[in-house]
Amino acid sequence: MRPLTEAETRAVFEKLGRYIGENIQLLVDRPDGTYCFRLHRDRVYYLSEKLLKVAASIPRDSLVSLGTCFGKFTKTQKFRLSVTALDFLAPYAKYKVWVKPGSEQSFLYGNHVLKSGLGRITENTAQYQGVVVYSMADVPLGFGVAAKSTQECRKVDPMAIVVFHQADVGEYVRNEDTLT
Amino acid sequence: MVFLPAEPPDLHVIHQRIKGNMEVLQDFVVKREEGRTRQEYLALLRRDMAAYYSYSDFLLMKLMDIFPLPELINFLEANEVPRPVTVRTNTLKTRRRDLAQALINRGVNLDPLGKWSKTGLVIYDSSVPIGATPEYLAGHYMLQGASSLLPVMALAPQENERILDMCCAPGGKTSYIAQLMKNTGMILANDSNAERLHSVVGNLHRLGVTNAVVSNCDGRQFPKVLGGFDRVLLDAPCSGTGVISKDPAVKTNKDEKDILRCAHLQKELILSAIDSVNAASETGGYIVYCTCSIMVEENEWVVDYALKKRNVRLVATGLDFGKEGFTRFKDRRFHPSLKSTRRFYPHTHNMDGFFIAKFKKFSNAIPQAQKDEEPAVEAASLSTVPNTVMEPQLKKKKLEGSKADREQKQPQPALKKRHSLQVQRRPLKAGRPSTKMMCPQGPTRKKHRVKLNGQ
Repeated sequence: MRPLTEAETRAVFEKLGRYIGENIQLLVDRPDGTYCFRLHRDRVYYLSEKLLKVAASIPRDSLVSLGTCFGKFTKTQKFRLSVTALDFLAPYAKYKVWVKPGSEQSFLYGNHVLKSGLGRITENTAQYQGVVVYSMADVPLGFGVAAKSTQECRKVDPMAIVVFHQADVGEYVRNEDTLT
Repeated sequence: MVFLPAEPPDLHVIHQRIKGNMEVLQDFVVKREEGRTRQEYLALLRRDMAAYYSYSDFLLMKLMDIFPLPELINFLEANEVPRPVTVRTNTLKTRRRDLAQALINRGVNLDPLGKWSKTGLVIYDSSVPIGATPEYLAGHYMLQGASSLLPVMALAPQENERILDMCCAPGGKTSYIAQLMKNTGMILANDSNAERLHSVVGNLHRLGVTNAVVSNCDGRQFPKVLGGFDRVLLDAPCSGTGVISKDPAVKTNKDEKDILRCAHLQKELILSAIDSVNAASETGGYIVYCTCSIMVEENEWVVDYALKKRNVRLVATGLDFGKEGFTRFKDRRFHPSLKSTRRFYPHTHNMDGFFIAKFKKFSNAIPQAQKDEEPAVEAASLSTVPNTVMEPQLKKKKLEGSKADREQKQPQPALKKRHSLQVQRRPLKAGRPSTKMMCPQGPTRKKHRVKLNGQ
């Protein structure tokens, strides 16, 4: 476990910024204590300073997880957000997509969101903008990337993909073993 | 009295005979056949029950010691039917009423769990898999047996405390603790099995628990890794005799040695747990010990051992139901305060068999053992043995080892055997305080629980 290097921090913040924009500030400066990012076994964890003290006293080999896992660095040093970060993305998300109840399941199985399943989308979402996906009952289901801008979404045919799937909460069941 | 025929036994006949013999045993003087002793009746009854419910003779004998006969039948019957599926609302993310409504809309038939729980729901039937609904994936609830809510309620964690969950997989109790603390303070979730920690991490993230650190240490190293906790929950690995309905293999694959091996590990763990608690804590200083076993060896015996070894006393668990723990069992006498421990049975409470004890630690000092043979045990477990002491200890080990071998070779009547094993246990422990006695048996039941949670 160690703090992130400059380059790593940039990679993480850049990725986070695609979903929550300048709200990233709110993650770092919190009124309820100091929070920080830590790297452990290529994974990035987000936790309070208080928790950090405890985690620091656990031997590195036996430390499994601390606070919330945000994602991991790939072997090529790219940062990949995982679904476990959803709890922190959802409240701050700038661009959102709501899926209809009928296609909720399809998304939770790891499929892209099609135009036919699109319930609602934030105005002026640009193409390739990071979006958080919600059910119509406002339950966050995952996140992805807008395949079409809001304008284009109106015109495309029902089977066209509007959101590329990146992560969904179905992964908790599908690949529990690789989450950490 | 009829002797068992050689061909495959007719279960119906056996069932009739069990019933008949039960009746006789209830009113022995009047109804018995002339010239038959109670022992003969009991032996036949045991054999019949072993055949009818397919238990090992050993386990059945143990159960007969714990339950009076009519209750035993109820217990055995209850083990044949599954317990109701229950879920716990994750109040970090939703409210029980909202969750119930959402699940009802998905075609789930449910009810509140009982007056004692504000978060539990019983699922009667469901048209969708209950472990894969969008609500489940979003972390609005956790699939969890009713009985595993109880230890956490007994622990009663307060906000901003430091809590240790020693054997946490698959994380149901841990997340319940976090939810009662409203994600404040800190929880150290530990388990010795790395495989099963995957599910812990998954569950904690899914349920939105942010105040937990997950570690993979041996529970017995605990005060060394980190100590000074306000409360500790020790859900010890056990033989799983309380959850036979979930894992019927327990009926036949446990014997005396397995039980004692569990008990030994539990005693080591409970001392570690107690040592990890800070008695001077303003809000806490509590330890909750629980198992899903109903064996006296793994419960009252372990608790009694802890009472003798450390500065702790038993306090009320805060649960207003459940049966009192035994203060006397066969030839054993336990501390009278064991009355405040609680036992739960499948047939009386319709939840898994469970045992819960809550300790309050009143001093951080570790009392020195009075007897001569004891210090070795203490010293070894505390790893403060100077080299000079090691020498005689090793010799002792050798000696005891041979004695143990001898004793295991001789087949003995069960009662006597237990006695001798008990006598032999202490030095054995002094000799090898570590790996050998470890838990090939430990995780049996937890494996099972994973299955339940495994959607």
